[in-house]
Amino acid sequence: MGREDLLAFWTIVAGVLCNSACAILGCYMVLRRMSLLGDAISHAVLPGTVVAVLWSGQLVGWQVFVGAVAVGILTAFLTQALANFGNVPEDSSMGVVFTSLFALGVILLNQYASQVDLDPGCVLYGLIEFVPLDTVSWLGMEIPRAIFMLSTVAALTVLFVTLLWKELKIVSFDAGLATAMGISAITVHYLLMAMVAVVTVASFEAVGSILVIAMLIVPPATAHLLTDRLWMMQVLAVASACLSAIIGYFLAEYWNTSVAGMMSVVAGGLFTIAVIFAPQHGLLVKAYRKLQWTVRIIKEDILAVLYRVEERGRRDSQETRLEREKCVQFAGGGLLARLAIPLMQSRGLIVDAGDGCLALTDAGRGGAKSLVRSHRLWEAYLEKHFELPRDHLHAPASRMEHFLGPNLQQEISEELEAPQQDPHGQVIPQPDPPDVA
Amino acid sequence: MLTYNTLIVLVGTSLLGASAGLVGSFAVLRRRSLTGDALAHAALPGLCLAFLVVGERSLPAMLFGAFLSGLAGIGCISALRRWTRIKEDTAIGIILSVFFGAGIVLSRCIQNLSVSGSKAGLDSYILGKTAGMIFQDVVLIAGLAAFCLAVLLLFYKEFRVVAFDPSFARVQGWPAASLDLLLMTLIAVAVVIGLPAVGVVLMASLLILPGASARFWTDELDRLLVLATIFGLLTGAVGTLISTRYSLLPAGPIIVLTGTAWFLISLFFAPRRGAIARWMLARRVHSRLGQNKLLNLLHDLSEPSWPGESAWTIEDLSSRKSWRPGQLKHLLQQAVIWGLVEFSGTGRYRLTADGWQKSAELARNQRMWELILTEHAEWSGCLANLEHTGVQECVPPEFYLQLDRELRERARYPKVLVQEK
Repeated sequence: MGREDLLAFWTIVAGVLCNSACAILGCYMVLRRMSLLGDAISHAVLPGTVVAVLWSGQLVGWQVFVGAVAVGILTAFLTQALANFGNVPEDSSMGVVFTSLFALGVILLNQYASQVDLDPGCVLYGLIEFVPLDTVSWLGMEIPRAIFMLSTVAALTVLFVTLLWKELKIVSFDAGLATAMGISAITVHYLLMAMVAVVTVASFEAVGSILVIAMLIVPPATAHLLTDRLWMMQVLAVASACLSAIIGYFLAEYWNTSVAGMMSVVAGGLFTIAVIFAPQHGLLVKAYRKLQWTVRIIKEDILAVLYRVEERGRRDSQETRLEREKCVQFAGGGLLARLAIPLMQSRGLIVDAGDGCLALTDAGRGGAKSLVRSHRLWEAYLEKHFELPRDHLHAPASRMEHFLGPNLQQEISEELEAPQQDPHGQVIPQPDPPDVA
Repeated sequence: MLTYNTLIVLVGTSLLGASAGLVGSFAVLRRRSLTGDALAHAALPGLCLAFLVVGERSLPAMLFGAFLSGLAGIGCISALRRWTRIKEDTAIGIILSVFFGAGIVLSRCIQNLSVSGSKAGLDSYILGKTAGMIFQDVVLIAGLAAFCLAVLLLFYKEFRVVAFDPSFARVQGWPAASLDLLLMTLIAVAVVIGLPAVGVVLMASLLILPGASARFWTDELDRLLVLATIFGLLTGAVGTLISTRYSLLPAGPIIVLTGTAWFLISLFFAPRRGAIARWMLARRVHSRLGQNKLLNLLHDLSEPSWPGESAWTIEDLSSRKSWRPGQLKHLLQQAVIWGLVEFSGTGRYRLTADGWQKSAELARNQRMWELILTEHAEWSGCLANLEHTGVQECVPPEFYLQLDRELRERARYPKVLVQEK
């Protein structure tokens, strides 16, 4: 490996470690609807860090972690206290607390700029590119110092989540149940906040707080779109966080721009992909499902209208066909209705009966019968139980007819003592007798 | 002592504080405080893009870009909330961090493109730089502040409805969504003119602090808006003056901390809604209820031997009702000071003449409530009115006389008062 490759390698490793730790913790923040508390804490640890650096005289030391944890817990606590004690809405109290602490941090930085080697800009967007430059020797290898810290913190995060897996899970989904079971939701909450503060401060120097915020929120949100299981959500969140680190690094190299910024943009890109293409909750799938429903309803409407034409034809005019154009109009018009007709012809539900007219096949008649039965049963049911005027029965029945399966039909029919006619005097079609083999 | 430059900055920050306070109040009332934060962060990429497109540091173009991308961010937040399973707080966090990340990427690109100098210009938007304010900036700020004020006055009634009860507004046929968008536009305007002065991170607090502080001082919207505007104006002015006095301190954070200080003062010292006022009220109510409990107990114990003397030790009293530790002793001391109870020697306490009178009235009230609850349940609704616990204030005069009569018939009327009549 050449020097360039080595630099790239260590930068990516730093990104992967930091992003994964954030993504793991972020899952709980997103699930508990506390994403913005992570945002608040990562801004608010600034004064804690500055004070700790002044105290210990160096940028990496246990004092920095103590300071960060203290301020992280303080932020969570003050937000809650202002909301309870001062009657301030929770979002306002959070906004007040973290911006004030951040302002304090900026002022402290300015005052002691000569003694603290921290630059507010660097704190916000980080200089991950410089991670590989500050190395120490270990087992004969030159390893960046930040890697040690980040891997410790990442390991700590994994340990935290493994040890408290059950507690975290139950508190995230049902804090009331957790309390009833004797798990202190408050303790778990503050432990989580302390961990967030630790991760933030460990990532501070290397990657900056904006990347921490992005990684706390965006990969977990991406994972949340993709799965409904907590462990899978954690795995996917880490995967998307690592992917953001790798792709983000190379894109930033290519355009020669901020690596941390690019990593959060890539995370945003992955999130956008998930929003559109997620298998269960994605926009495309939702649109497809809606389209399927619409087409089904159009098909059923066409079958039903042809059935009614046949029914009337048997009584008087002998006409059992309906013009194609009327069918389309009855199904709400539009392109979808027009496209549905050839589809139904190819499925053998309706046939072209000459003179530009359509008629039911035997297969189509079966489906249509069930649908009209649903419609008329529902009308009878409404008439009996809701005292609606006669002319108000048709519209709700036209909506319900698509959703009554054979079981519900059976139940309604029993409830109404097997009616033969609907309230308008139309015959309710009876289901075909089951084949006796 | 005020130089021309200081004066310019002073006027600029005051106007900025005033307009942010005014429009921010609505954000606070609608529980949208952090949307302002997201907007401020989301403005950054627009700022940079405008710079790239125009090719120079032109303030109006960059502010317009910032305005557009801020609004785009808000649009994304509501789209995510409506069409996906992402909750509002997560949506805000996503937009905030991803847009800001994009802004940093772009600003680094600009830094690479340009020969020198312009980097400092963009960096100042992140933490703010008031010192660079010039006369044209102040004119721009004043113009936009006037615009915000005009729109608010024009749609005052509509905003009022939407701020307090959005669902009512929708049911009544108000265009709630459009009004929301208009409100967000105003907030975006305030954010965008504030960015150069206080920067991205601290802009949110300029929106929140004046409104949240004013909320402690009043319950009425018009007063709240006026107060928030004044608070914002003063915050900007005082913060600027402090930071010029100690020239080492950056103005943006100082302005924010000034606002925080005033917020804390309001939180503690505001009349009625302030923490101290509410604490004192709670103490007064507690102490009054405790006194009533003590007097009632003494009356019930002493009444049978009336008009003879009867005195009770602390143990007698503490065994008959439950008290918090130390409460009984404190109440007795208080009652002695008020002349309702006196010390009769040998560690016993008895009612004074005043104490008899007061406790008998309390006992009458108490027994009338008992009567209402046991015999006249149809009147128990009066209990809902907790501000007035006196029966006489809660029921019509003829019913009060009836209760009075019934108590006498059952020999439950306090003996002290029977004599009196």
